[in-house]
Amino acid sequence: MGQVLSVSELEKTYEVRKTAFSARKTLIKAVDKVSFDLDRGKTLGIVGESGSGKSTLARCLLLLERPDRGTVKFDGQDLTAMSEKKLRDVRRKIQVIFQDPYSSLNPRKRIFDTIAEPILFHGIATKDGLREKVMDIFQGVGLDEDFLDKYPHEMSGGQRQRVAIGRALATNPSLLVADEPVSSLDVSIQAQIVNLFIDIRERSEISMIFVSHDLNIVRFISDDIMVMYRGRVVEKGTKDEVFSRPLHPYTRMLIAASQGTFQAVKDEGRALADASCDYYSRCEKREPRCTQGVPELVGTGDHKTACFMERA
Amino acid sequence: MLIQEDHDLLQLEGVNTSFFLDSSVLRAVDNVSFEIRKGEIFGLVGESGSGKTMTALSIMRLVPPPGRIVDGKIIFEGRDLALLPVKEMEGVRGGRIGMIFQEPMSSLNPVFRVGDQIGEILSAHTNLTNKEIRDKSLQLLKQVGFDEPNQRYVQYPHQLSGGQRQRILIAIAIACNPSLVIADEPTTALDVATEGQILSLLRELVTGYRMSMLFITHNLHIIKGLGTRVGIMYAGRMLEQNRVADFFKEPLHPYSVGLLDSVVRLKGDEKRLKAIPGAVPRLSELPQGCKFHPRCSKVMAICRGDEPPMFAVGDDQWVRCYLYRN
Repeated sequence: MGQVLSVSELEKTYEVRKTAFSARKTLIKAVDKVSFDLDRGKTLGIVGESGSGKSTLARCLLLLERPDRGTVKFDGQDLTAMSEKKLRDVRRKIQVIFQDPYSSLNPRKRIFDTIAEPILFHGIATKDGLREKVMDIFQGVGLDEDFLDKYPHEMSGGQRQRVAIGRALATNPSLLVADEPVSSLDVSIQAQIVNLFIDIRERSEISMIFVSHDLNIVRFISDDIMVMYRGRVVEKGTKDEVFSRPLHPYTRMLIAASQGTFQAVKDEGRALADASCDYYSRCEKREPRCTQGVPELVGTGDHKTACFMERA
Repeated sequence: MLIQEDHDLLQLEGVNTSFFLDSSVLRAVDNVSFEIRKGEIFGLVGESGSGKTMTALSIMRLVPPPGRIVDGKIIFEGRDLALLPVKEMEGVRGGRIGMIFQEPMSSLNPVFRVGDQIGEILSAHTNLTNKEIRDKSLQLLKQVGFDEPNQRYVQYPHQLSGGQRQRILIAIAIACNPSLVIADEPTTALDVATEGQILSLLRELVTGYRMSMLFITHNLHIIKGLGTRVGIMYAGRMLEQNRVADFFKEPLHPYSVGLLDSVVRLKGDEKRLKAIPGAVPRLSELPQGCKFHPRCSKVMAICRGDEPPMFAVGDDQWVRCYLYRN
């Protein structure tokens, strides 16, 4: 076992102009002091709404975006201290799947070449064994041989996502980062792709980070859950802990909404004191205490939450 | 002749909307019939390309060329909208029928104040004076949940969040007290929390003002908490019509069963999801017979022959499937 990934105090801040023409810039903390560990063979689900920083976090883990502070240790090596050239080698072991299979596949390349490219680049198979290796991968993601010579535009969204998954698996990665991999697919196709992820996990020792706004899917696929809000982790725990005993009001709201129970929320965008809980303006359990300081992520054991009112 | 039952607000009868391309004709809406009753929320559910949006655009007579309504009746408040002269149709659109679309970002004009955009529809459909229009606009802003309508009135769309913009669009949609509001995926572009806010607002408005609503979505969870009856569309057809409670207890069509199975439910402890095999067919490559039969787990020989008609199963329950032949 052991840890495949260990993230510590990761931070990423963006400079944003208030309006297109203003000289004043504000800083937005997209990822704010995020720490977590991922054990080998486990799946971590990261949930949150848009703007919660979950995608930025995923990109920082892959060093597609340089974090400002903090470390990302993969197999014991700190990726943030690595040169681009060394990173390229490591990326063979960390693969990524994006939301949109329409834009993540090269439209001018046949599917065969799309999958063959990483295999040749990383020297995983020789020219002779190439076709066999590609066929293997094809079967692994449930695609027919007929698709080998097709172009992306000849395939449906679900088939394209299978290709993207196949390409990611081609280098035998030990970590797979999937950023909203089923969100752009139709409901009946989503289930097929979710099942494919479950199959992949069962037949290999792969670790996964599964980023999604859809709690139902994350719950289905993950061992551990991390809930993000405005760049911070507000709750973290095993799947069963988080779903059977959600602590943070935000987590509770997300779970209720995913089951079709909608709560009316107070007017958004109220001015906030700087040093208060980020969720204050929307929280149903807020107290004066919540405006005095930002809650830390604390708790007993592995189940932690960042809320003054709720403690694990 | 058709006698409109007094509790029906809108009746679609055999509506057929086709797109005339150079080499082919695509039937985006194929023989669709359903009715919306006074005060109800009718959920129209389907995957992309199933024809749910085209059904809504047909009702509004906004089908973009090269598409047009080829056949069928759209009876609304005693008139057939499919035959209504353009001038009269303009009075219905935005007046008697309000619309809310998916993209709150692109549905508002960026260079006008939001209050004036609400006022615009009032001046188009009513004879109110400018003062009255302003008062009514402020009142509408309050109705859709803005605490300080005077401040909101003078703001521009870019100063509002997605959920706030969607509330402005709802204010525009209900400005002229329509009897029907058509909402096409109104919360798809919004976050979960904002979505809940918008949905509870819509539900309040429908019950509070005795409006009816056609709610289009691909999200079954929403319909469960919102709708009274539901229609399931696939490949331009209506496959099932059911009461919401019955639908979630016991869906009729094998496609509906598969759709419900493939939505992950929080309670289930299954290891895998039950997925529907295959993909949604393209309109240009529809199979013979039942359009769902290549993906159906209960397919029979007869399904490959003629397309099944709608069978009545119970009160208010209809399904297009030979399993329910008497």
